Amino acid sequence: MEWLNAIVQGIMLGGLFALFATGLSLAFGVMRFVNLAHGDLAILGAFVAVSVTSALGLNPFVSLVIVVPVMLATGYALQLGAFNFTISADPLPSILVTFGLGIVIQNVLLETYSADSRGLDVGSIEIESIRITDAIAIGWIPLITLIVAVAVLGALQLMLSRTPLGRAFRAVSDDPPTARLMGINDRNLYAVAMGIAFATVAVAGVFLGIRQSFGPLDGPAQLLYAFEAVVIGGLGSVWGTLVGGLLLGVAHTVGGQFEVAYGYGSGPLVGHLVFLVVLATKPSGLLGRRAE
Amino acid sequence: MTGHRVTRSDRQSTAGLAVSAVLLVVLFLLPWWDSDGSLRVPLVAILYYLALAQMWNLLAGFAGLVSIGQQMFVGIGVYTLLSFAEDFGVDPYLSVLLAGLVAAILSLPVAAFAFRLRGGYFAIGTWVIAEVFRLIALESDFLGGANVRTLTRESLGGYSLDTRNTVTYLMALGLAAGATAIVVLVLRSRLGLALRSIRDNQEGARGLGVSVGRAKLAVWVISAFWTGMTGAVILLHNPSTRAESAFSVLRWTALVVFIAIIGGVGSTTGPIVGVAIYWFVREFLEDAEEWRFIILGLIAAAMAIMAPRGVYGLLQKRWPVQFFPVRRRLVGPGVGGPAPGGPAQPVADAGHPPV
Amino acid sequence: MTLLEVRGLDAGYGDFQALFGIDVTVTEGETLAMIGANGAGKTTFLRVLAGQVPTRAGSIVFDGTDIAGVKAHRRVGLGIALVPEGRMLFGSLTVRENLIIGAHAGRPGRWDLEAVLDVFPLIRPLLERPSHVLSGGEQQAVAIGRALMSNPRLILLDEVSLGLAPVVVKSLYQALPALSEGGATVLLVEQDIGQALEVASRLVCLLEGRVSLEGKPAEVPRSDITAAYFGLPAGSGSEASS
Repeated sequence: MEWLNAIVQGIMLGGLFALFATGLSLAFGVMRFVNLAHGDLAILGAFVAVSVTSALGLNPFVSLVIVVPVMLATGYALQLGAFNFTISADPLPSILVTFGLGIVIQNVLLETYSADSRGLDVGSIEIESIRITDAIAIGWIPLITLIVAVAVLGALQLMLSRTPLGRAFRAVSDDPPTARLMGINDRNLYAVAMGIAFATVAVAGVFLGIRQSFGPLDGPAQLLYAFEAVVIGGLGSVWGTLVGGLLLGVAHTVGGQFEVAYGYGSGPLVGHLVFLVVLATKPSGLLGRRAE
Repeated sequence: MTGHRVTRSDRQSTAGLAVSAVLLVVLFLLPWWDSDGSLRVPLVAILYYLALAQMWNLLAGFAGLVSIGQQMFVGIGVYTLLSFAEDFGVDPYLSVLLAGLVAAILSLPVAAFAFRLRGGYFAIGTWVIAEVFRLIALESDFLGGANVRTLTRESLGGYSLDTRNTVTYLMALGLAAGATAIVVLVLRSRLGLALRSIRDNQEGARGLGVSVGRAKLAVWVISAFWTGMTGAVILLHNPSTRAESAFSVLRWTALVVFIAIIGGVGSTTGPIVGVAIYWFVREFLEDAEEWRFIILGLIAAAMAIMAPRGVYGLLQKRWPVQFFPVRRRLVGPGVGGPAPGGPAQPVADAGHPPV
Repeated sequence: MTLLEVRGLDAGYGDFQALFGIDVTVTEGETLAMIGANGAGKTTFLRVLAGQVPTRAGSIVFDGTDIAGVKAHRRVGLGIALVPEGRMLFGSLTVRENLIIGAHAGRPGRWDLEAVLDVFPLIRPLLERPSHVLSGGEQQAVAIGRALMSNPRLILLDEVSLGLAPVVVKSLYQALPALSEGGATVLLVEQDIGQALEVASRLVCLLEGRVSLEGKPAEVPRSDITAAYFGLPAGSGSEASS
């Protein structure tokens, strides 16, 4: 029963990982751009929510109304003002710029908010849960996170497959020079994609902050989980990202069942190992269309 | 003399070699007149950062392997030295060599996973694997778990403090000079030729029979070996550690990347310039580590966009002098040396193509 | 009325210069064929007009304004559409989506999905297929249709016949008058001289990046065309072609 509970909780945690992975997956899909500051931006979003909630006395859920547009605009501006200049066949500049940005964000957060752990308080819903059996209960917050993740990924999938914007994204992803011949401003489209990626990662950051305490240096771990979810699910597959996130979540909670030295759970370690096994045996991911 | 020949040397690079040789001799003799260690001790960090930056430069600048997982090899070096010297009683200085070997051996399975990924995903993949090593160190009873571990006086043998300081300093100097020499030698070897053809055109190089995988793997293992030894020397310099600091991405990769980028990645001299700038920022501008990361991170990100060849690249544009002879040029009757006042015409340039 | 006036155009890629001082004028409503051997600079010329290759010197005056510095994605809105060499359909879009995205710039005009399907009825049953499963001829029809969807005033066709069976080429060329009737001026690049001369009202021949001949197909002797095409002295063309 303990194991079954671990799996159920893992699926809930996986929703959060999938939410983190969405933006990474989108940016890579549209412009082959890998943002190494992705996790730090999520933490930045969570800290912005801390400031917004304490300054305006808002519920963290409500603070999303401010945090998401702010991050969306930041993503749009950063892509136009900086990231677009790094897009080339050579991946080095984009890696360096985003890696540098991530380190800067971490240290600015350290200077601004100190190294203390923070949390986002949404009230009594935090401890409420739905009891399934004696041994299994699903917390409302993890459940809401999973639902939001599925909704965000579903909306992204619909946008990509059904709307003019999604069509333009796919065209640019296929062949930017020919997309320009259609009158598509690819640079501007990249900025829109990055804005959306930042918006989703801000949602992920706020949900992380509601679920658990966080500090300025927690970004890289979130980047790695998001990346693992994307690769496990398969590059270029929206639903693959969800599957990857869920599998990774289960790996974390089941791995956490193993008690190791000094009382540390080995969830993240097991998660990394599952990722490496998938990478070795199925490099194109579980639902992927192609290896990259 | 009537025939043409291909040479890498000219008056400038010969002068460059001479300057480096003199500098090296001065640094080598430093312990004998810097008796209280006030110069040596702070220099050690500069030297091991140069070694780390050169090794990262070799990977990212020449082999296209942008690793964000260099901390794994530093950490492996640290813990290998700890285990051998502390737990098995092996001579600590011999253990430095063993640390490099262990890192090189472990780099092979790491490559088996990481080399399946390209570009930015390779970068994150190496980071994941470094995390695996950090978590193993953190969760292993044998390695000490989350506790601070210290290289005790007993395991350092009968060496006096002064001797230890001197040996650590000389080892750091050897690692820094050796790392630079390795980059120069690799570039001058067949391996360097293979790397350059891969960088210019990976598919074309494959068609010409260059084994892309093997060339990259060779560089990967060399870099792991040297980075592992550097990790061990870092522990000799600062004998207390724990998993968080031994496998710190901030200290052993971020700072190293910033140094290499600001100085100039893809050239042999760039990391030397970068380390000098780092030293300047550290000594004169900012004491707080956070602000150092912010300053250097912003400069590095800006350089990556605006001056991808770094400060050295900017200097070279102004004064086209090459310090280390890695470019091949054709000399002989009718070809002549470099035009007076103008840059030498490279047959193959060691740096990035000009942008 | 002059639609396009190119004067003293230089262009190239990196160290390689492909075009040297090109002067070409295109009159509204005509069908101009640009011919020339492989590497003469025809494709480069079209790519410069579409904004894919930058102009190094000279001017490109389209409908009264110099567009040499205008970005590629803005030229579609002005009414210039390129059907690129190799079709270049979007592989992850369906045929329908490939056509619709042609109208991205939103220029008004007579061309819409139905009008395109009337000209190329063979596309109609393929609309929901992914474009990469189509045959070469079908892809070419979609590529031309995609360009028409932008309601161009000037449509640039690059090597329509390349790699296609003669019967397929013939059916594609039969659609060209419909383009002109729809109000588009046509500038087509061809290696297949015979095919080009059948539909062209005027021709320009490029040789090693320079204009080597210009005239009306009916007025220029075939031997002169051959000479201009291969770079032979004038008058010796008949021997070379025999």
